[in-house]
Amino acid sequence: MIKIAQLSCGTEYSGVQKEIEKAAETFGAQMVMPDVNLDDIDEAYEKFGLSCASSSLKLMIARAMSLVEGKNEADAVFICTCFRCAEAAIARNEVRRLIQNYTDLPVVTYSFTEKTKASELFIRMEALTTIVARKSVLAREKQEGLTLGIDSGSTTTKVALMEKNEIIGTGWVKTGDIIGCANDGIAQALEGTDYKLDDIEAIGTTGYGRITIGKAMGAKLIQEEISVNSKGAVYLADAQKGEATVLDIGGMDNKVITVNNGIPDNFTMGGICAGASGRFLDMTSGRLGVDITELGPLAQKGNYRNAVLNSYCIVFGIQDLVTSLAGGASKEDAASAACYSVAEQVYEQQLQEIDVREPLIQVGGTSLIAGLVDAVQDILGGINIVVPEYSQYIGAVGAAMLVSGLKDSEVDDSKRFK
Amino acid sequence: MKVAIFPPNSMILADMIVRSGHEPLVVQKQMQKKVTSPDLDAPPFNMTENDPIDGLKYAAIEVPSGVRGRMSLFGPIIEEAEAAIIMYEAPYGFGCVGCARSSELTVFSLRRKDIPVLELDYPTSRDDTIEMVHKINTFLDMLKDKESDSDD
Repeated sequence: MIKIAQLSCGTEYSGVQKEIEKAAETFGAQMVMPDVNLDDIDEAYEKFGLSCASSSLKLMIARAMSLVEGKNEADAVFICTCFRCAEAAIARNEVRRLIQNYTDLPVVTYSFTEKTKASELFIRMEALTTIVARKSVLAREKQEGLTLGIDSGSTTTKVALMEKNEIIGTGWVKTGDIIGCANDGIAQALEGTDYKLDDIEAIGTTGYGRITIGKAMGAKLIQEEISVNSKGAVYLADAQKGEATVLDIGGMDNKVITVNNGIPDNFTMGGICAGASGRFLDMTSGRLGVDITELGPLAQKGNYRNAVLNSYCIVFGIQDLVTSLAGGASKEDAASAACYSVAEQVYEQQLQEIDVREPLIQVGGTSLIAGLVDAVQDILGGINIVVPEYSQYIGAVGAAMLVSGLKDSEVDDSKRFK
Repeated sequence: MKVAIFPPNSMILADMIVRSGHEPLVVQKQMQKKVTSPDLDAPPFNMTENDPIDGLKYAAIEVPSGVRGRMSLFGPIIEEAEAAIIMYEAPYGFGCVGCARSSELTVFSLRRKDIPVLELDYPTSRDDTIEMVHKINTFLDMLKDKESDSDD
């Protein structure tokens, strides 16, 4: 049983404790509260140095210190506090740094509301347990045999067919009917090869629809996109050794993952506001009357400073866009401002939560929008950004690569999920 | 008389109130109702997502869920209170709300009510402790007198 140490404030009184435990149990893990003596709380938090008025936050800090000092044992750490509590946000972030600086434990942070459900926590718990339980699978650096990866995303379904460490076919379909889209994507990937579905030795699935597709297709690997995408990213960017950061600005949510020797050690996921997602750029290109593939080059010709576009909401963002265009801003400037706005929000909401390590590998469909990549680079002070070939297929490539390590094993994830 | 206390789970304050013949309003009673009520499924506190929603009666939607969840327990106590004893700077062992924002709101809500309120600092010496016990007992006796006057 994987033990996940819970460092938190407010979970019981928000009525979400049972949801956290349920999410952990779903992936064969157990939440544990590190034991601390009442008398040790003051000493621990004074040693830590952050003065908190809330005693539950002091307890959270004392629990973190007990992990760091080896008084309690755990395989991973889940840090969570109430959404909107400023004091807790500071404590949460500093406790995360403490754990990362002084232990090798994978950490996930989260801010919850009373509406937080176990299903929202699944990906985080699954990623934590995967990193602990599948270290050997994640250590794989080469693809072998003939394998297929399916990434069922919120906007598009991507498929990659791999053979002998090469991508030999790809599929790209707008997500609608989950299984139907996967079948269409597979047909695209097989097209032009001499292979049929039956020839494939193993299938791996990831993304929102991974369990539905994985069960239907008998996938040997059904895995969340955090570990799969990071693996696909470092594989495609040839950055399997050393440190890197993976940035995936998706259609519905964004992921930032830090990786050490190909294994994710921290990540953040955002997705509360669509104004910071690929969906906003999709709507912007529609409003500008250009295809999404033209938005990037268009943005590169413009200057974001000439168009005011700094709303945090997709609706108000589009209103800003309309106002800017009505005020005389050019299409190029508006496209540039849209890219800059998304990059700025990703920076403010997510990149600041994580220690960005070079190179930054930008992936997903939005990585093909050159104006967005430029904006991210600009905001991060000229950091080295790599956009590898097939960057929009990283989830599918990661799944195809990782499942090749399971093709001759007994592991069968399609039977793991009920 | 029904006397609310802060911290709302202080057994020492509750015990003093009982000894004076009053009824202490403590959060443990509110929790007991939740623990023993059927159809709830979130042990140990049996708090569910509905509790922070119930707390909206006492705290706005912008307030963090943990504060609203606590207020769903403390709020009915505050409503019921006919008098209150508030102890500042108490150590965790004396009684604890766990959340500074919830403490501020609870104390504010008690003060806002038009009821007799005794406000004290946690004693740090033997003399201060004796004085504190004396103040509390005097306050509770005063409540008893007030109660007899109103009965007459």
